[in-house]
Amino acid sequence: MRVVVDLARCQGYAQCAFLAPDAFRMQGEEALAFHSSPDDAQRDQVLRAAAACPVQAILVETAEPS
Amino acid sequence: MSSEQSLKAFRRDGRIVIVGASLAGLRAAEALRDEGFTGALTLIGDEACEPYDRPPLSKQVLTGWVPADGTALPRRREIGAEWLLGVAASGLDLAGKRVRLADGREIPYDRLLITTGVRARSWPDEAEAALDGVFVVRTRDDSGRLRERLDAGPGRVLVIGAGFAGSEIASVCRERGIPVTVAEVAEAPLVGALGSMIGSIAADLQRAHGVDLRCGVRVTRLEGDGRVRRAHFSDGDAIDAEVVVVALGGVRNTEWLRDSGLAADRWGVACDSGCRAFDINGLVTDDVFVAGDVARCPHPVYEYRFLSLEHWANAVEQAQVAAHNMVSPPTDRWPHLSMPTFWSMQFGVNIKSVGVPVMADEIAVTQGSVEERRFVAAYGYRGRVIAAVSFDNAKWLDHYRQLIETAAPFPPSCPTPDRPADMKPVPADFPDPVVITHGATVLVTGHEPSERRVAFVRPGPLKPQEKRS
Repeated sequence: MRVVVDLARCQGYAQCAFLAPDAFRMQGEEALAFHSSPDDAQRDQVLRAAAACPVQAILVETAEPS
Repeated sequence: MSSEQSLKAFRRDGRIVIVGASLAGLRAAEALRDEGFTGALTLIGDEACEPYDRPPLSKQVLTGWVPADGTALPRRREIGAEWLLGVAASGLDLAGKRVRLADGREIPYDRLLITTGVRARSWPDEAEAALDGVFVVRTRDDSGRLRERLDAGPGRVLVIGAGFAGSEIASVCRERGIPVTVAEVAEAPLVGALGSMIGSIAADLQRAHGVDLRCGVRVTRLEGDGRVRRAHFSDGDAIDAEVVVVALGGVRNTEWLRDSGLAADRWGVACDSGCRAFDINGLVTDDVFVAGDVARCPHPVYEYRFLSLEHWANAVEQAQVAAHNMVSPPTDRWPHLSMPTFWSMQFGVNIKSVGVPVMADEIAVTQGSVEERRFVAAYGYRGRVIAAVSFDNAKWLDHYRQLIETAAPFPPSCPTPDRPADMKPVPADFPDPVVITHGATVLVTGHEPSERRVAFVRPGPLKPQEKRS
C-alpha cells in the first residue's frame, strides 16, 4: 500500500490520526507525519482515514482495487 | 492536414517523452492519459527506481519510522508508459526532436516535457565532501544512508545550512536525542526564505530544542582521516562531529540542455505561464514544455516576474497545466497561476507559507501570538498583501491566499478575535541574494532585427564564497 498526503492542502484536522493512528501521526498541534508504505493489515483504516479527510488531501494506492 | 486534424492525430498516436521521472514527471504522465492522450509515452529518469516522495526523506525516513525504499509515490491511474530508468539524458536536439541519453541512445519525440528538477548542492571541497560521514539529502539512498548513521548514535551531528531541509534534519536529530550543531552563514535560520523577523523566531525555536545554533559563521574546513572528525568555523572555533549534513540548497539539473538552444541556465528552464519553454532568444517553443523545480515561469500576480519554485504542490499543479497544454489546441491553453504554497515541519511546529515572501518590503503579525509560536504574519509589497506565513495556524492561509489574489491592501486586518498585541509592520529584511553577483549570462549579437540573436556566456563554477547556506 502506498500513501502520500498533499501537505499543502492538509489543515491539521487530525481525522486521519484518529482513524488510522499507525499510519498518520500528529507532531505537535497541527503538523502531520504519515507512513508512505503502511502495512497491508492497515488497509481498511487507511482507506477510512483518506475518505474522512475534510480537505481530501490523502492519496492511497492499494494493491487490490479499493 | 489542418491543425485540428494534426492535433487529433498527435493525441491518438503521437510520441511524448518526459525527461525527469519524479513527482512532476509522474503526475504529468497521469494527467496526459486523463486528457485522453493515447499515443506513446516515455519516461526517462537518472535514478534506477520508480518515482518516490521526497519530503519524508528529511523527516519520517530519518526518524526511522518509514524505510527509505518505502517512499514510492502512489499512482493516480495506469499510464501505460515505457520507463527508461537509471539512465540520464545528456543532450537535446531541438531541430531533430531527439533526446540523447548518457548511454548513447537517442529517443525521438513529437512533444517533450522537461521535469529534471534539482539535485543537492554538494560541499565545494571535493576531498572533504568525500570523507566518510559527510552527507547531502536529496535522494532516497542519501536519506537511507544518513538514517543508518543516525541509528548508530553519533556523538554530534553538524548541519551546514539552516534553510528548511537543514532545519528539519536538525529537528530529527533532537527528536532522536542526538546532539546537533547548525551552522548558518546568514543571521538566522530560514531568513533567506522568510526574512529576519521569522528567522529570529526560528532561531529561538531551534535553541529552545537544544540545538547548538551558530549564525553568521561559515564552515571553513572539514577535517578527517577518511572519516570526518572535526569542523572548523570562520570565527576560529571548531567542534568534533561524526556526521556532517551539507544542506546548502539545490542545483537545477539543466547541464544536459547546455547546447540545446533552450533558455536553460542555473536558474532553470524559462517558460511561459503555459509551461512552453523559451529558446535562448526568449522565443517561445511549441513542442517543448517544462514543469516542476526546474521550471522558471512568469507569475502575473508578481509583476510577471519569473519564479522558480522548489515546492511539492507547485510540481503537481504545474505538471497538470503542462500536460493539458501539450495535448490541447492553442485556443484552450491554461496558464499556471496557482499561488505558491510551502510547508515545513520542525521542532513540533507546522510552518506553512502562501505567496512569494521574498518579494516583500514589510511584514506584520496579523493573528495569534509569536510568544506562543502560534500566529500568522502577512507580507506586504508596495501596500498590498503578497504572501503570508503561519506557525501552527494553517487553517487561515486560504484566507490570505484570497487576499493576495484580490490585491488586498497591506497590512490586512485580523479576521479573528486573537488580535496580536502588536500588528505594526516592520521591514521584511531579506538578505541580498548573493548568488546573483556573477554578471551577464548572455551576449546579444547582430544588428538587423532579422539577425539579432543571443548566445550564452559560460560563467565558471560557483566559488565557495559565493555559495549561500
